Amino acid sequence: MIIVVGAGPAGIAAARCVLECNLPVTVIDDNPAPGGQIWRGEAINLGAAQLLSGTRVVAIDGRARTVLTEGPGGPRTLHFSKLILATGSRELFLPFPGWTLPGVFGAGGIQALVKTGLHVAGKRIVVAGSGPLLLAVAALLRRRGADVRLIAEQARPAALFSFAAALLTNAAKLKEGAGFAWTLAGVPYATGAWVEAAEAEGHVRHVHLRQGNRRWVEECDYAAIGYGLVPNDELHSFAADSEHVIPVPTGDVDLATLEGAAAGYEAAGQPRPSAKLERARRFGAVLARAFALDPELRSLPKSDTFVCRCEDVTLERLCGWDSFRAAKLHTRCGMGPCQGRICGPAARFLFGWQDTSIRPPAFPVRIASLVTTTLATNGETS
Amino acid sequence: MIGGGATAAGMGHLAVMDDSDPQFALTSYSQALWSELAPQLPPDAEYLPCGSLWLAADDEEMAEVYRKFAFYQERNIAVEVLDAKQLAEAEPNLRRGLAGALRMPSDSVIYAPCAARWLLEGIPVFLGHQVSEFTDEGVEFANGHRFAAGSVILATGTAITRALPWVPVQPRKGHLLITDRYPGFLHHQLIELGYLKSAHSVANDSVAFNAQPRATGQILIGSSRQFGTEDSTVEQDILSRMLARAIEYMPGLPTLSAIRAWTGFRAATPDKLPLIGLCPGHSNVYLATGHEGLGISTSLATGRLIADHILGRLSAIPREPYLPGRSFDGHD
Amino acid sequence: MATINLLVNGRVIAAESGSSVAAAMLSSGITTFRTSVSGEPRAPLCGMGICFECRVTIEGQDHARSCQITVQDGMVITT
Ligand SMILES: Cc1cc2nc3c(=O)[nH]c(=O)nc-3n(C[C@H](O)[C@H](O)[C@H](O)COP(=O)(O)OP(=O)(O)OC[C@H]3O[C@@H](n4cnc5c(N)ncnc54)[C@H](O)[C@@H]3O)c2cc1C
Ligand SMILES: Cc1cc2nc3c(=O)[nH]c(=O)nc-3n(C[C@H](O)[C@H](O)[C@H](O)COP(=O)(O)OP(=O)(O)OC[C@H]3O[C@@H](n4cnc5c(N)ncnc54)[C@H](O)[C@@H]3O)c2cc1C
Ligand code: FES
Repeated sequence: MIIVVGAGPAGIAAARCVLECNLPVTVIDDNPAPGGQIWRGEAINLGAAQLLSGTRVVAIDGRARTVLTEGPGGPRTLHFSKLILATGSRELFLPFPGWTLPGVFGAGGIQALVKTGLHVAGKRIVVAGSGPLLLAVAALLRRRGADVRLIAEQARPAALFSFAAALLTNAAKLKEGAGFAWTLAGVPYATGAWVEAAEAEGHVRHVHLRQGNRRWVEECDYAAIGYGLVPNDELHSFAADSEHVIPVPTGDVDLATLEGAAAGYEAAGQPRPSAKLERARRFGAVLARAFALDPELRSLPKSDTFVCRCEDVTLERLCGWDSFRAAKLHTRCGMGPCQGRICGPAARFLFGWQDTSIRPPAFPVRIASLVTTTLATNGETS
Repeated sequence: MIGGGATAAGMGHLAVMDDSDPQFALTSYSQALWSELAPQLPPDAEYLPCGSLWLAADDEEMAEVYRKFAFYQERNIAVEVLDAKQLAEAEPNLRRGLAGALRMPSDSVIYAPCAARWLLEGIPVFLGHQVSEFTDEGVEFANGHRFAAGSVILATGTAITRALPWVPVQPRKGHLLITDRYPGFLHHQLIELGYLKSAHSVANDSVAFNAQPRATGQILIGSSRQFGTEDSTVEQDILSRMLARAIEYMPGLPTLSAIRAWTGFRAATPDKLPLIGLCPGHSNVYLATGHEGLGISTSLATGRLIADHILGRLSAIPREPYLPGRSFDGHD
Repeated sequence: MATINLLVNGRVIAAESGSSVAAAMLSSGITTFRTSVSGEPRAPLCGMGICFECRVTIEGQDHARSCQITVQDGMVITT
């Protein structure tokens, strides 16, 4: 059985291509319904694929070729012939004073919440961070009746120019961009600008913005701040050396779909080179360069700003360690339930550390979900 | 990295043990040293004087409780026998029907990596340097640098056999799992008495119930004992057996959220006593390894015994039982 | 869209069926989902099950990520 982890555009494309090759496929996804980040809440047709929603893969055994899942029916061990990891990405969050206040969301974070029912009509919202996602998010918020105060993009105009130039060669993206421009008419788009701090007691009420030497305060009900995407590659490290595991690089929808398709054909034993995929990868590379993070953002967090939100570890306590593992061992940074998914990428940006110690379960799970043997087989302790 | 070896992986239960007289001597001496230090320990060392409960599931294990009780009482260690009812009151989340327990109120729990860092404060530490050679005059780093020293102490844990292949130390793998925060779920370090039976069997992989309250409100669950592997992968079947065993004792565990599982390697010796003292064939090289599952408990005493030797002082307990040159005949 | 009721900290709130518990709680004006280790109020950040800031107790299950769970009529939630 070919198993696909992730029912976003990449996983869906992979599953469809496997089916096209007349092979059975199972798709596993953590969310209650398929669609991944971008098609969240939309109707998805997965054809003859078996779909396990609300189910997460918590461990992979590359040698035994099994995945351990936690789902509505409890834990299950599933065998695979090939395993496609289309686990997509999450947002990069950079710590700044006040980023832990209620009302400060990720940019994609508020998008996901709106898609699952959050009302934003009439809310004053500041959108900030980096990447084309900010435009998509602001457009969605505006369509849902929010008062988008401004979009603060950290990239500087010179860098963005290369992105604009690349857009001109990509008709679909250009059209999408034009759509955003139309929806967002009248919303200020500040480049080389970012949120320095969010403030007020118990909930965000205003944010401090900075653009070069200019500093100002913007009142808001919500702030939506995300600095681009980080791949969800925790599962990959469990089975990095297995030739039966195919990790799918993610990107925007188009790239993710093409990458997923390529992985699907490969898993089915019928690899197909695709010129479109090559083009999409080149576009992805331009995007990454255009929105590369300004090194000045490293000075956003102050010494008492929490970097690790699960364990409330401040920047100050992290200074002086020479690796993520050492910092983790001595400060508890990354030891909480998110397992370093938020502070790990932030620490990578701030200190250049790589998180090298990924351990199962890949997600926190109920203890019951890790009990896959019965006591009857428990040797001498039975 | 400070505390990055087995110290990062272990449970940090500071226990007095009665496996043998020398083991009792070392653990009780060390515990006295820990109690002295306790008031000065930094908060991140998470010292928790929670006491231990040795759990008896049935009458046979209850007999063991009474045997231990007599052993410790004779040696002036505070102990208490809990009957079934008292045990249920002390730990309401244990399953009903256990026979009772032995309570050791002076046992405690610590977060060893931070304690190690604190113990090293003020001492020059060369991190990221591997020692490739040692002599009675000092050590040589892998990068070729030499460091002269009057005494060299090899405290390299399971890695000792890389430097000294004759040393009878074997890695004994253990699995542990930690939960999210559930303050008040557990009050004592719990150990099943079946532990003794399984801990003693060398042939098979074994699991035993072991649960520890952390100062954070998290629960640390152990443990397994496995020989013949140096692969640090978390093995799902072992983890599963270990947790199933834990659930037998604590039926409320299944719904708790597990955050992380990991493994570590204990440095095991044939006679279950550590190797502390002069390295045979050397005049200034000492060994401090082989502490198996008690290396945090016995760390302070280990340090004292070696310091005593170097400084020509008398020690508070006899040093002979732990000397690396002792005979291991009769132990397999 | 059909409206259902949730019981949050003993108070009834209306929610649209199909929405996530987190979105429903936020829409009803609840701002604090959990208290951090050092005592700060916290609320959803990522909306996608990664950050664990939206943890609440749902039907007796502690540490449940409210952004990943769909509302059900009569669901009992505590923050
Ligand atoms: C918050 C957010 C918002 C975004 N919004 C946009 C947008 O508006 N426009 C745009 O073009 N791009 C957007 N992106 C980029 C987005 O990643 C891609 O457009 C597209 O969704 C990528 O598809 P994918 O299939 O690679 O990943 P995803 O769509 O992220 O799908 C991955 C799926 O894998 C599941 N998964 C991950 N790990 C496991 C596991 N261990 N077990 C089970 N399931 C698992 C996830 O739940 C998810 O459903 C957004 C990204 C993020 C993080
Ligand atoms: C699962 C498990 C549970 C445990 N539970 C407990 C418990 O509850 N209570 C208890 O008291 N003990 C417990 N232990 C045992 C305890 O953790 C160990 O005995 C103790 O940590 C050993 O400390 P150490 O300093 O001797 O070795 P380590 O912590 O392994 O340190 C050895 C150090 O030497 C370094 N090193 C090795 N070779 C070289 C070289 N050539 N050059 C330079 N540096 C080198 C390593 O990098 C490492 O940092 C447990 C162990 C395990 C695995
Ligand atoms: S909001 Fe991040 S996990 Fe729910």
